[in-house]
Amino acid sequence: MAKIIVVTSGKGGVGKTTSSAAIGTGLALKGHSTVIVDFDIGLRNLDLVMGCERRVVYDFVNVINGEANLNQALIKDKRVNNLYILPASQTRDKDALTRDGVGKVLEELKENFDYIICDSPAGIETGALMALYYADEAIVTTNPEVSSVRDSDRILGILHSKSNRAERNMDPIKEHLLLTRYHPERVAKGEMLSVDDVKEILAIPLLGVIPESQSVLNASNSGCPVILDEESDAGMAYSDAIERLLGETIDFRFLTAEKKGIFKRIFGG
Amino acid sequence: MPLRIIELKGSLFTLSVVKIYSDSLELISSSLSKKLASAPNFFANAPMVADLEKVDDTFPLSELVALFSEFNLVLVGITHASEQQKSYASTHGLAVLNAGKTAPESTEKPEIPPDATNAPAFVASKIVRGNVRSGQQVYAADTDLIITGSVSAGAEVIADGDIHVHGALRGRAIAGAKLNPHARIICQNMQAELISIAGNYLLSDSINSDLWQQAALVELNDGKILISAL
Ligand SMILES: Nc1ncnc2c1ncn2[C@@H]1O[C@H](COP(=O)(O)OP(=O)(O)O)[C@@H](O)[C@H]1O
Ligand SMILES: [Mg+2]
Repeated sequence: MAKIIVVTSGKGGVGKTTSSAAIGTGLALKGHSTVIVDFDIGLRNLDLVMGCERRVVYDFVNVINGEANLNQALIKDKRVNNLYILPASQTRDKDALTRDGVGKVLEELKENFDYIICDSPAGIETGALMALYYADEAIVTTNPEVSSVRDSDRILGILHSKSNRAERNMDPIKEHLLLTRYHPERVAKGEMLSVDDVKEILAIPLLGVIPESQSVLNASNSGCPVILDEESDAGMAYSDAIERLLGETIDFRFLTAEKKGIFKRIFGG
Repeated sequence: MPLRIIELKGSLFTLSVVKIYSDSLELISSSLSKKLASAPNFFANAPMVADLEKVDDTFPLSELVALFSEFNLVLVGITHASEQQKSYASTHGLAVLNAGKTAPESTEKPEIPPDATNAPAFVASKIVRGNVRSGQQVYAADTDLIITGSVSAGAEVIADGDIHVHGALRGRAIAGAKLNPHARIICQNMQAELISIAGNYLLSDSINSDLWQQAALVELNDGKILISAL
């Protein structure tokens, strides 16, 4: 049965698009046919992060309006098999997303894919509500700071009350916490919340902790999802999150400040 | 853009449920009038759902509807109904509701039939299984409120009776909302933004730091809020 997973947060700039790209790519690498859908109508970031911005002909809104069919709008990733992107429109506004329209497109995608990753816009308005409405699972993307945690909490309340599953009294949306832009040094100094602080406040299972990393910036500048950078800390942390999403139990890495090398420890530094 | 004629939206409304324990319309009528006398404004035109679990399958819904309208109560639906009652409902514009999970009957306390003389009216506590998240508000009308999880910062829980939070209380808790001075707030971990009992309130700044993040009981003492460790 196809799964719809929304990557959501409430707050903007926390790493939803980065995470949608990494997680979608990671699932496809594991052999699951996956499509990443950009719900951020008007901004269109996903195609940049995925490096396919120059191949966009038709978009999500065209499909909803019947101006194009899915086959025309889906963009096949050139690096990874079984990976597709459904880009957002840059020219329409978020009101172009209707609940019926979105529902129909997702139904059609479910026939062809194992995983449908919905990259949510920020906020708690139409676009964000549409992105989460049909979700089976939610990856609540949170930075270790008070305002981001508060917004994530708010989104959790909405997942519980305003989603299709909630309104129909079905099993609730499965929730995952993804802590991104984690900065162990700043946590140690008390400038940021720790993993445990965030876990305690949000009280949902932890899917992954992605460190703040230059590799993410390099990746998005080159239009290549960071999970493909297998040497990078953020790439490895996303790979670990994929394993957990698929049911494996593995230890968390990159939670503490990097240990100093042996020479630095002996000679100081 | 087509003209918008109607829009379907999911929304949550608070409905009062009247659970009926007796088949006697006379007893129901006298109990109702006592209840209404105690809080007339609260019930005026309030949407009501009749819970028919404890009455006979043949209990006449038509007479109950008539009785409610005598009291100016708006009966909008029924729950735990028999087939006969459901078919009456479907032809008379009443909704047939499936009882929600939010207000289960307490199994510990015995049910008090309304005809027991001088028995106090008993309203089952409202229970929320899980957390109340930022931006959400829960109100327990005329009863206690039990939250099995935590109340997030930015969330608000309100009860006319007591409030019990089995997790952390980080948001606002307002007990005795109809000015009942005997209402209390009990929580396992006190980090509230605001606590209020019968209109008296305290902000987080004024909560004694010894009690912060501790299990605590909040009550009113001589019109002042008193917090003590549990
Ligand atoms: N782990 C990380 N380390 C460093 N920068 C990051 C990380 N995650 C995201 N960013 C950067 O933060 C900014 C916002 O990320 P983005 O994924 O677009 O967030 P959102 O979709 O939630 O608005 C981007 O510039 C992105 O490169
Ligand atoms: Mg984004």
